Formats: sequence, structure tokens, C-alpha cells
Amino acid sequence: MKSLAELQAIRDKARAQVELREEKGNNAIRVLVGMATCGIAAGARPVLNALVEEVNKRQLSNVIVTQTGCIGICQYEPVVEVVVPGQEKVTYVKMTAEKAVRVVNDHLVNGNVVTEYTIGAN
Amino acid sequence: MYRSNVLVCGGTGCTSSNSEQIMAKLKEEIKAKGLEKEVNVIRTGCFGLCALGPIMVVYPEGSFYSMVKVEDIPEIVEEHLLKGRIVTRLLYQETVDNDTIKSLNHTPFYEKQMRIALRNCGVINPEVIDEYIARDGYAALGKVLTEMTPQQVIDEVLASGLRGRGGAGFPTGRKWGMAAANKADQKYVCCNADEGDPGAFMDRSVLEGDPHTVLEAMAIAGYAIGASQGYIYVRAEYPIAVKRLQIALDQAHEYGLLGKNIFDTGFDFDISLRLGAGAFVCGEETALMTSIEGKRGEPHARPPYPAVKGLFGKPTILNNVETYANITQIILNGADWFKSIGTEKSKGTKVFALGGKIKHTGLVEVPMGTTLREIVEEIGGGVPNGRKFKAAQTGGPSGGCIPASKMDVPIDYDNLIAIGSMMGSGGLIVMDDTTCMVDIAKFFLEFTVDESCGKCTPCRVGTKRLLEILDKITKGNGTMEDIDKLEELCYYIKDNALCGLGQTAPNPVLSTLRYFRDEYEAHVKEHRCPAGVCKSLLRYEIQADKCKGCTACARVCPVGAISGTVKQPHVIDTSKCIKCGACMEKCKFNAIVKL
Repeated sequence: MKSLAELQAIRDKARAQVELREEKGNNAIRVLVGMATCGIAAGARPVLNALVEEVNKRQLSNVIVTQTGCIGICQYEPVVEVVVPGQEKVTYVKMTAEKAVRVVNDHLVNGNVVTEYTIGAN
Repeated sequence: MYRSNVLVCGGTGCTSSNSEQIMAKLKEEIKAKGLEKEVNVIRTGCFGLCALGPIMVVYPEGSFYSMVKVEDIPEIVEEHLLKGRIVTRLLYQETVDNDTIKSLNHTPFYEKQMRIALRNCGVINPEVIDEYIARDGYAALGKVLTEMTPQQVIDEVLASGLRGRGGAGFPTGRKWGMAAANKADQKYVCCNADEGDPGAFMDRSVLEGDPHTVLEAMAIAGYAIGASQGYIYVRAEYPIAVKRLQIALDQAHEYGLLGKNIFDTGFDFDISLRLGAGAFVCGEETALMTSIEGKRGEPHARPPYPAVKGLFGKPTILNNVETYANITQIILNGADWFKSIGTEKSKGTKVFALGGKIKHTGLVEVPMGTTLREIVEEIGGGVPNGRKFKAAQTGGPSGGCIPASKMDVPIDYDNLIAIGSMMGSGGLIVMDDTTCMVDIAKFFLEFTVDESCGKCTPCRVGTKRLLEILDKITKGNGTMEDIDKLEELCYYIKDNALCGLGQTAPNPVLSTLRYFRDEYEAHVKEHRCPAGVCKSLLRYEIQADKCKGCTACARVCPVGAISGTVKQPHVIDTSKCIKCGACMEKCKFNAIVKL
């Protein structure tokens, strides 16, 4: 390594993993994926991984993607909840990896709820 | 991209309570569940809460599992990592509050802490340089080499008010300035990692949890004073620290962050490790340098100070591990930021190793000026088993005891000296009312007598005589003149010993005499040990009215000193009794008393 730019490049690359371990405070957006037996059986795992990948790609350091237990609406699994502080919780149902990518881009980045995926639309 | 990070403590404390096996089992279970691409298992340095080890933290949730057992791992993997259900039963219970899980930073142990020196311990994998870089590692070195002159670096450190964390509290910036002012063809930067105080393990934890912070700071110091070579003197008894330092050195070399022409600025700096064999005196700066030179580790008189004539006769600076751990943050955040923390004359934070009679044994970092009461009662969780706080010992064998009446004194360098102790490297041993202060003074004197290098008479002979007088007192044979003689000899040794070891060796005696003279007098005048510790002055007795004659005590006595017939009160033959206390523990009727 011969320059500060090279150091910065290594820093940026390693940053995402370490960021996961830092205190986010109360303003973080929480994305919860239902990962009980019903959720996993319905395909929640690819959804979770797609969310993690996309959040990382977009460098959304204020977003925590985490799993949770059974939300209680098993026929709608996989279920993803998005909790933005100060706003009402949004529940997305019958999710897929492709839908997850759109939720990250439309909802988390641009702030537009993807209404057609929400529980209200079903 | 991993969705979850599982951090397992790989500090010495947790390693000795099986964290290696826990790591192995975790990896095995994660693989069995097919999660190895989603969950990353990381071995970190010390989290600080050693009393609750082995410790394991799962992110992004921040779930803090304490006292983890290998048998718990399948459940944690299946429930938490696979199905997302935190195993509340196994969490550190202070983080569980009516079914909601609090962040670790809001538990009493962490809430009052401020982590500067320990900022990366328990967060990064110390064996992966990229993780250190991700937390702004080597950015301070980059800034110094490309934007600052050596004098600016010294000025910044001086302005921050940082003082040596090894104990004496000499201003770091002034030390660097003195070495920089001396012209020489070769200068050296040394790191004192010869942590020898009984009960102190701050430096070990920094080296184990964040070795690069020390390497980076040494390179910055090298630039500031004009040195191209550094030495880390670390004790061989710290095998994990040595191993991680070596890995860190190799990685820094590989990235070109140590070696020739760093960041293409023409600055060369390299660091070598030197392992000490564990002699306490080698923590003294002149003895340490003599030992690095390959000679017998003995101190010599100062001046000349190391800044003038140090290692191999060249200008040298020697700083402690924790001092170095603050440097990069001062460079990155500025002297004003650092100065805003702490008290008027002691800036920044201090790491303490909490030990002894305290609930949360472990490592804490608090702003200077925090009171002993806050550290012991709030962060440390207080004295266990309903006992009463009696005193805290700071500064190891060179320090003294702080009694309960001084618990509200804000802790900083000057206040500690004013109340007869010293900061020392940061060992803080809590004692309750079952501790005999004469016995404690004797314990530390035994240590210094063992560790005295023997070069100067006041230390070699003087400490031995001190110990003999203390021994006489604890055996009940002391006289009041002995106490006076003890005190006189203490001052003589302080004034005449060659190095810091001897000059401070009488401190444990002087401070206990100052605050607990009545205990010394009780041993002499009444032949009584108020805390019930000194065996020669003890006597066990069976109270006839409470004894039911169950014979339990007679059966447990290892020397057959208890006699009596069944259902009749028993008696102890004091001439046979070895005062082990086994009978007292066994008695169900509290009939046996210690006098």
C-alpha cells in the first residue's frame, strides 16, 4: 500500500461487516423477516439474504436487517415488516427475493411504500 | 455478505473458560444448518465483563449471551440464528427488562463507561487488519505523515494533556518533545507491555483485542521524535497477546504500513518484539531497556533520562500500552476533544482492572474524575454476599489502599496521590470486611521482596526487614515500637532506593498505617486480628448452649482436635487445632465461633 486512497478502499470494503456490530441508536430503520418454521418453509431465507445483500449494496448504514419469530399470519408467509421510527409499521406479505430488492429500493431508499405487496392489498 | 455476526470473546479470561470449544461447536452447528454463508463467527478481544465469561454477542440484534456453555450452542444456533428467536433464558439478565431486551450499553456495567483505549476490544477480530482499518485504523498514521510536521504531532499530544498510563503520569507530549530535541543518528520508540502488578490486565486486553492500535501509535511516535525502530517489550506469560502482536506485525508489513517508505512519504519505521521472562523490575523503564539490550534486567540511576541516553545509549521514548492506545484517537479527533474529557489535570479516560471482592470482575474504562463509589457500586455491582466495602487497593505493590471514607473522591492522578495511593497501571482490588489490612500489606511486601532485583541495599535489605516486622505483628508478637520502626524504615526506603520499585514498595504499608492503624494496634496490644484472618491470633470455640452433639464437626476435623460424646456439647482442643475452619462450615447450628 502506497497511498491513502488504497487505505480508504480497504476501509470501505471492510466497513459493512464491522458496521453490523455498531450501536445504531434509536433512529435506525428495522427490517424484520419472519423466520419461524412457517416462514422458513415458505421461503423466508432467500428473502432475508436478498435484503441483506441489497442493503449492503446500497450502503444503507442506518438499516438493521434482522430476523424475528412467527408473526402469526402463516398463510401470508414469507412476511417482512419495515419499522421506520416515527411512522406506522408496514407489513409486506408473500415476499420473494425479487420483491425484497424492490422494497429496499422503493421503500428504504426513496421512502415510497410498495403498496401492492402490503398485507392491505392482499 | 453475512447477515449476522457472532462475536465470541477470545481474551485470556474467556479462553480459559472454554471459549475455544464454544467457537468450534458454533462453527460445527452453523455448518450443519447450512448457515455458513450467512452467519460469520468472529473471535474478538475482551468485552470487559470477565466475571460472566465466556461471552458471546450476536449482531445485528446485539444479544449478549453470558456464561455460555458448549451444550447451549445447538439451541442458540437452532433458535436464534436459524429461526430468529433470541434465547432469552441464556442472555445476560441485566439486558432483559420485562420481556424487552435492552442494549448492552444501557446496562449498569457499560452505561457509565467511555471506551477510548478499549474502543475496538470486543468489536473487531484482532487477527484481521481489515477490520481494524474499517474502524479508521491507520488513518491517523496517514494523516500524520501527509499533513503534519513532527513538531505539530508533539504539540497536539502535548495539548491533549495525555499523561502516561503506566502509573507515574508524566505528560506524554513532553516526553516526546524531549526525545525529539536530542540529535542522534538513531533513536528508539519502546512500548512497555511488561504488565506486572498483581491483578492488573488492562494492557494484556488491549494487546489481545486491538494490537494494531499500539503499532500505529508507535509509528506515529517514531515520526514525531525521528526514530525508525521500535521495540515492544511484552511478557512471555501473555501467549495470546504475543501471538496476536506477531500476526498484527506480519499483516502491517504485508500492507506496507510498517517497513520502508510508508505511504510513499519516505518515512521508515519497523517494530520488533522482545519477550520478557516475567521479572517485575523489568517494568521499570531503565531495567526494561537493559533487558532489551540482552543484559540482566537491572535498573540504573537517572539522569541520564532515556530521552537523552536510553536504549543502546540512544535517545529513547518508552510509553505504556494504554498510553499508545489513546494516541490515534487524539490525532483523529483533536486535542480539544480529548481535553474535554476528564478533570483539570488528568485528561481522558482510564482503564481499571476490577478484581477482588466485587460482583463484576472485569475491565472498565471510565472518564478521569469518576469516583471510586461509582466504579465499585454502580459499574462493578458492589461487594457480593452482603459484605461491607472496606477498602480498594490501587496501583498494585506500588500503590495504596483507599478506605471507604474516601470513596467519593474523584479519581485522577493527583487526587490519588493526595490520599496516599497512586494511579499505577490501573489494577483495582476491592476488599471487604473479611480482609485484614496488616495481612494485605504483608502480601504486597512478600511480592516486592521476591521481585527486588537486589542491586541496591535499601530495597534488597529494607523490604526484607519490613516483611519481618509485619510477620511478627501478624503472629501477635509485635510491640508498639515495632510499628514506629516500621514507619521509619518505610520513609528511609522511599528516600534511598535506586528505582521506582524500591521507592514505592513501602506504599502498601504506609497507606494501611495511615487509614487502619487501629488494626495494627489491635494485633499488637490485644493480640487480636479484627478481620479474623491472621491464623496465629485465631481461636475456634464451640458454644456449649448451641451445640446439639451431632458429631458433624468431629467427623470433618482433619486433625481430630474435636472430641465429645453424641448428643453432648463437643469441645475443640486448641493445641491440636490447625484453624482450617472446616468445622465452622459444617456446623448446622452456628455453634462454632471464631474469636
